[in-house]
Amino acid sequence: MHTTRLIIVAVGGQGNLLTSRVLGEAALLAGVPVRMSEIHGMAQRGGVVESAIVFGDALSTVISDGEADVLVGFEPVETLRALKKCHAGTTVITNLAPLPPFTVALGKGSYPAVERIQDLVAAKTARLIAFDATQLARQAGNRMALNMVLLGALLRTGRVPVPQAAVEETIRSSTKSAFVETNLKAFALGYAHVSA
Amino acid sequence: MHRLLIDQPGAKRLLLGNEAIARGAVEAGVAVAATYPGTPSSEIALNLFQISRETDRYFEYSTNEKVALEVTAAAANAGLRSLCLMKHVGLNVAADALMTLAYVGTRGGLVILTADDPAMFSSQNEQDNRYYAKLAGLPMLEPSSVAEALAMVPAAFDLSEKLHAPVLLRTTTRVNHSTAVVELGPIRTPVTAGYFKKDPFSFVTVPAVSRQLHVRLLERLEEAGRLAEASPFNFEAGDGRLGVVCNGVSYGYVHDALEDLQAGGRVRLLRLGFTHPLPEERIRRFLAACDKVLVVEEGEPFMEEAIRAIAQAAALTLPIRGKGAGLFSRLYEYDPAMVRRVMAAYFALPQRPAPALDLSDVPALPQRPPTLCAGCSHRATFYAVKKATEGLDVIHPSDIGCYTLGFLPPLSMGDFVICMGASIGSACGFSRASRQKVVAFIGDSTFFHSGMPGLVNAVFNNHNLTLVILDNRTTAMTGHQPNPGVDMAELQLEGFNRVDIEGVVKALGVAHVSVIRPYNVKKSIAALREAIAFPGVSVVISREKCTLYARGLRQLHGRAFTVTDKCRNHRECVDALACPAFYLEGDRVRIDADICVGCALCAQVCPEHAIQPLRQE
Repeated sequence: MHTTRLIIVAVGGQGNLLTSRVLGEAALLAGVPVRMSEIHGMAQRGGVVESAIVFGDALSTVISDGEADVLVGFEPVETLRALKKCHAGTTVITNLAPLPPFTVALGKGSYPAVERIQDLVAAKTARLIAFDATQLARQAGNRMALNMVLLGALLRTGRVPVPQAAVEETIRSSTKSAFVETNLKAFALGYAHVSA
Repeated sequence: MHRLLIDQPGAKRLLLGNEAIARGAVEAGVAVAATYPGTPSSEIALNLFQISRETDRYFEYSTNEKVALEVTAAAANAGLRSLCLMKHVGLNVAADALMTLAYVGTRGGLVILTADDPAMFSSQNEQDNRYYAKLAGLPMLEPSSVAEALAMVPAAFDLSEKLHAPVLLRTTTRVNHSTAVVELGPIRTPVTAGYFKKDPFSFVTVPAVSRQLHVRLLERLEEAGRLAEASPFNFEAGDGRLGVVCNGVSYGYVHDALEDLQAGGRVRLLRLGFTHPLPEERIRRFLAACDKVLVVEEGEPFMEEAIRAIAQAAALTLPIRGKGAGLFSRLYEYDPAMVRRVMAAYFALPQRPAPALDLSDVPALPQRPPTLCAGCSHRATFYAVKKATEGLDVIHPSDIGCYTLGFLPPLSMGDFVICMGASIGSACGFSRASRQKVVAFIGDSTFFHSGMPGLVNAVFNNHNLTLVILDNRTTAMTGHQPNPGVDMAELQLEGFNRVDIEGVVKALGVAHVSVIRPYNVKKSIAALREAIAFPGVSVVISREKCTLYARGLRQLHGRAFTVTDKCRNHRECVDALACPAFYLEGDRVRIDADICVGCALCAQVCPEHAIQPLRQE
């Protein structure tokens, strides 16, 4: 099976580990070979959390610079920081709601304009899908459902070989029961936001 | 029932590497397991701890890795399958026990898992623990994948029981923290009641006994070598005159590179999973079939040097390379593109790498380093120490935990960190070598782990230092594991005792002991000033629960704070505390109410008292 490499970047606490877990379980359900790797440990200390998900027959669980086919960023500056993972054919999906790191408040570094981030990413990759996913998550009922909004958008691009139905079934079976409806709604909002 | 206890052989599950290893322990019928938590091994223990609560399998968080190894060594010698888990540097702590345990051997199966951390994602060094197998003379297995990690646990126990030797199972972060689909195997019912059959001439290592035991150790190693020759964990693939020898996660990268380079027909592969002792005969045959060999292994040239020695003994003169200019590095971790590039260059294979993106116009981005959480009690303690030592020239030896992050500005509390417990020992040395003041930091779990001998030393030798024990009531960094100071009843866990740090410190003979609540800034500064002025050893225990832990226990009741109109933009709050709840709106400081936990530290720091609790709507 052709290999598809996906990188997800987020700020610790934004819930990207659940996104990769749901994608992995959905792939298992659909019989799609999948391998992932994550760097844990500092996730709750406000650092960057990066997940690599490899679909297909490759054995590596790590994605080298320049080799991600899809990049999903939960935060605009983190999307731009992860651009080195991309190639000219990469599809990029990014949330546009910034979470400026505390170093900015300390006067160490400045946060670039979100428009500039979009321009840079769009100019270097095949497709950029950029929107305020946090707003859609709020609309679904919980700003923490940001991960499901972005998952919906990702599925709509057709760039990952996992069927939509398998993802929805996994959201039902493996996310906390109190949040299932919100999660499904957030997933649907993200899905509907993107044109195929 | 715990998800790793489900008895459905053949079922497929998506598991984290560390979950797969815990499942492997279940399938192997492990009766006793012990650890001191450390990334990247921690989730194995977390699962085994949960499993121990609902079965008769025993698990414990030991005070340190040496104790954990002693616990499991005894259990194994009473006949029980026992598993000892630690991160790579933990094996340094356990090394004293390990070296002579290798002489003594085991009666029941004993597997020691060492989780190495190439690239130091969360460690103070990237030492290659494969050398411990060589140093101690122990058999070692190394998995390449999550599924193989599961399979190697029962195999390691079989090997241990066959050889009567402890077996090292060496993983790396990219196995521990990868996730993949595994097929569950059958569960062996654990034997949980052991019996220790006395045999002092095998177990009591006085010199006369050890001289005999060393002979037996070498005999076991020879037998292990024979088993390595036949082990299915050492296998070959492909053919051709170009040879690659690899281990661990590098195997996946080599496998993918061979696909990408379409070089399967030209390259012969030897994957080693039973890596000590190495299967010398098998390697000799492999070398004889090759014109040129590349060794792909992260870390040190462990296999490369051994393979060169094997070639020399067999009078084989083919080029064998691994580490070196234009080839692989001894630094950090490898990745698929790096392995592909080196293989293509070394073997002169054609490759068409996609052009890298030109990122020269991307501006410098603000850094997002890990930091102490909003409301972290360590921040409050560090601030108080900073205030209490204003105007003094102070050295701050620190230790291993979340609080190590305090070394970053603006707190800048941390000048010397090498290993668990070293804050106190190094404080003793600094206080003798220099006239600078010494105020050291250690966490509660680290204090129990290896801080106490240092403190006894400080008292006995009458050093002049202040030790601040950051008692946040849990082992926070690695995910809130219990330690001897934790109130287990709060976690609804019975059958434990609690060791009181204040009582211990006093009993160790420290003459000046005080306890502060760090969110009370003024009182804390006063108590610290007094302790620092005390000639001799003084200890200040800063007691406040880890914010994340308190939240998990539903004990976090603070209200978020806000910056009111009284603010004159001094920015003392941001500049002195660097709490991640602050952000700038234009040039005004704001507090993110979603992040603020209401610790009120900044409210006490603000010269205008402009930071107030947020009114609830």
